[in-house]
Amino acid sequence: MAPHHMSDNQTGDVISYKEVNDDVVRTMTETGKWYYIALAGAFSGFLAFWILPWAYQIYKGQGVSGLNTPDFWGIYLTNFVFWIGISHSGTLLSAILFITKTPWRRSIYRSAEAMTFFSVATAAVFIFVHMGRPWNFYWTMPYPNQRQLWLNFQSPLMFDVFAISTYATSSMIFLYFGSIPDLAAVRDRVTGWRKQVYSALALGWRGTDSEWHWLFKAYTFFAVFIIPLAVSVHSIVSWDFALSKVPGLAKTIFAPYFVVGAIYSGSAGIVTLMIIFRKAMKIEKYITLNHFDKLGMLLLVMSLLWSYINVIEVFTGWYANTSAENETLVYRMFTTPYAYMFWLMIVTNTLLPLLFIFKKCRTSILACLVVSLGINVGMWLERYLILTTSLPRKFLPYMWHDYIPSWVEISMTLGSFCFFAMLFLLFVKLWPSVSIYEVKEDIGIPMRKGGGHH
Amino acid sequence: MSGLLERIAGKLRSYREPGYYTKLDHKWTMVIDLDKCNGCEACVVACYAENNLPVVGREECEKSRAFSWLRIERYVEGEYPDVKVKFIPVMCQHCMKAPCETGCPVYATYHNQDGLNVQVYNRCVGTFTCATYCTYDVRRFNWFTYKWPKPLEAQLNPDVSVREMGVMEKCTFCIQRIRSAKDTAKDESRPVKDGDIKPACSQSCPTGAIYFGDIQDPESVVAKLAKSPRRYRLLEELNADPSVIYLKRVMGDGTSSHE
Repeated sequence: MAPHHMSDNQTGDVISYKEVNDDVVRTMTETGKWYYIALAGAFSGFLAFWILPWAYQIYKGQGVSGLNTPDFWGIYLTNFVFWIGISHSGTLLSAILFITKTPWRRSIYRSAEAMTFFSVATAAVFIFVHMGRPWNFYWTMPYPNQRQLWLNFQSPLMFDVFAISTYATSSMIFLYFGSIPDLAAVRDRVTGWRKQVYSALALGWRGTDSEWHWLFKAYTFFAVFIIPLAVSVHSIVSWDFALSKVPGLAKTIFAPYFVVGAIYSGSAGIVTLMIIFRKAMKIEKYITLNHFDKLGMLLLVMSLLWSYINVIEVFTGWYANTSAENETLVYRMFTTPYAYMFWLMIVTNTLLPLLFIFKKCRTSILACLVVSLGINVGMWLERYLILTTSLPRKFLPYMWHDYIPSWVEISMTLGSFCFFAMLFLLFVKLWPSVSIYEVKEDIGIPMRKGGGHH
Repeated sequence: MSGLLERIAGKLRSYREPGYYTKLDHKWTMVIDLDKCNGCEACVVACYAENNLPVVGREECEKSRAFSWLRIERYVEGEYPDVKVKFIPVMCQHCMKAPCETGCPVYATYHNQDGLNVQVYNRCVGTFTCATYCTYDVRRFNWFTYKWPKPLEAQLNPDVSVREMGVMEKCTFCIQRIRSAKDTAKDESRPVKDGDIKPACSQSCPTGAIYFGDIQDPESVVAKLAKSPRRYRLLEELNADPSVIYLKRVMGDGTSSHE
């Protein structure tokens, strides 16, 4: 029995069953001028800032980037970790909130899961961007071949290939399973080509008791499966760095640090995205201030956790007092320009989120926007600093050399945001981006007797 | 109880020992006597010529993209007039527990039966992992496809492949010379003798500071030099087990270099 959660809906309007269907299908069928402008902007940004510079880089060689001999990993890997981090909240949060039966999950989880999938896609492209010979990317896949070449399963990068492809696949399936009843609802309300597409996608869903039962089973299975998977994925991403011997990268704390950082930046990403999304789609009555209140609490907790690990990392490094560790810490914290970045990161990730102690800030859209954007700037800087202050200061001082990104790398960073925006814009038109059937549970119409949540 | 724990610890330790470790055909080792090295960089030049290394020019060198597989590291200590300059040739150390080998996802870098850390250019996809994991910064990346202006392409060594853009490379201990010495020995139905193989750096060193040979042969020069009390290995504490052995330079005041 779905309970009433009218308190979630702070606008006080009583939303009817039909209204939900209409509102969500409206986001898909009625397309305004601004949508096309935004989509065109994102698409041309993607072409101009990402595809063209990348083509140039493939043609000329990796030399057009700012990478050099000790600094083999720069902005590309920063972006890779950043986007994997962004991906870590959507599905993970959705799964955790589903298992704990948290009511405020329902109207935000669909778009949060989509965010996961699209940011994994963006991150995956960065793996190819950073490779010297991206046209040979398939050599990192295990496939039978005449030359009997096989993969090195000792390599953290190999763990990564499997972790990320598993994560991308399961978050896609999770997103799809949760959407089936809604795809059916859309199928029943549209005409023309959409009818055919959604009929196929809805897999003949009729809404019988047994269908709900099996959907619930499958969905719960994936929710349980995805939580440890998500934790392992970002641990493995951290091992790309932590399984080396390089001072500043080889840290035992990296796996939990990265997992916490990923959930932190991902949750902040959800907040930013929801603010834009509810405004643009005019669905303020489904994504209410109550949601931001709850997400704000989550951000506050993650901020404290992240700051704790950060302090521990610096303190133990400083206390151990080995020369390599000292050099990395001084280079990161007290050498310009990295010192500016480091202390800006502390302001945006440790100090600014403390505003969320106050309910007034958690329920203010402006405060939420500022803090969530700040966190993501800070989290991007965190990943950037990890790479660019460790690799230039490895063991032999003769080879120390600073890393300065080139225009190609900066352009592709911008382009990745355009790519993500483009995917998300397409998603809101082609997919029910708010869960119709679960929002209905929220407004108190029981779907069937005796069951749990669907 | 403690016996069981010891057995488990031993088992875990054995997983960190590379499988090739006890069954090598040779274990090629380089010994560099820093007392003899005068820092003339003849070895560096010889390496460029032997291994078809591109000369990338001043701008690229300023970006730290110089191609030298072998470099002379210079460190200046103290203030004028009491200045000490120390230098040390550094090339790929052919670590027996190489961090680069565990990094590569496609086995482009692996250990062969000669105890060499080898790089397969054709297999490399350019993930940079080997180079970031390398604690000696000896790996070089082909940032572009480098061209030799005419007529310099005529002087390329035909025994060594010219690498293309996007692959990693590094010192091979002149594997082409090792291969040809082994072939000659095979033709003459004898094992490879100590002194058959001289890498380009060793051959060109005017003071004869660089020795090369099989440390598994107890009669070889390197095996004898390796027992020297002046012996040390670079960054030995990192447990990569490098195959290059340095002999400390003893200064006039009785102190030695690299302490």
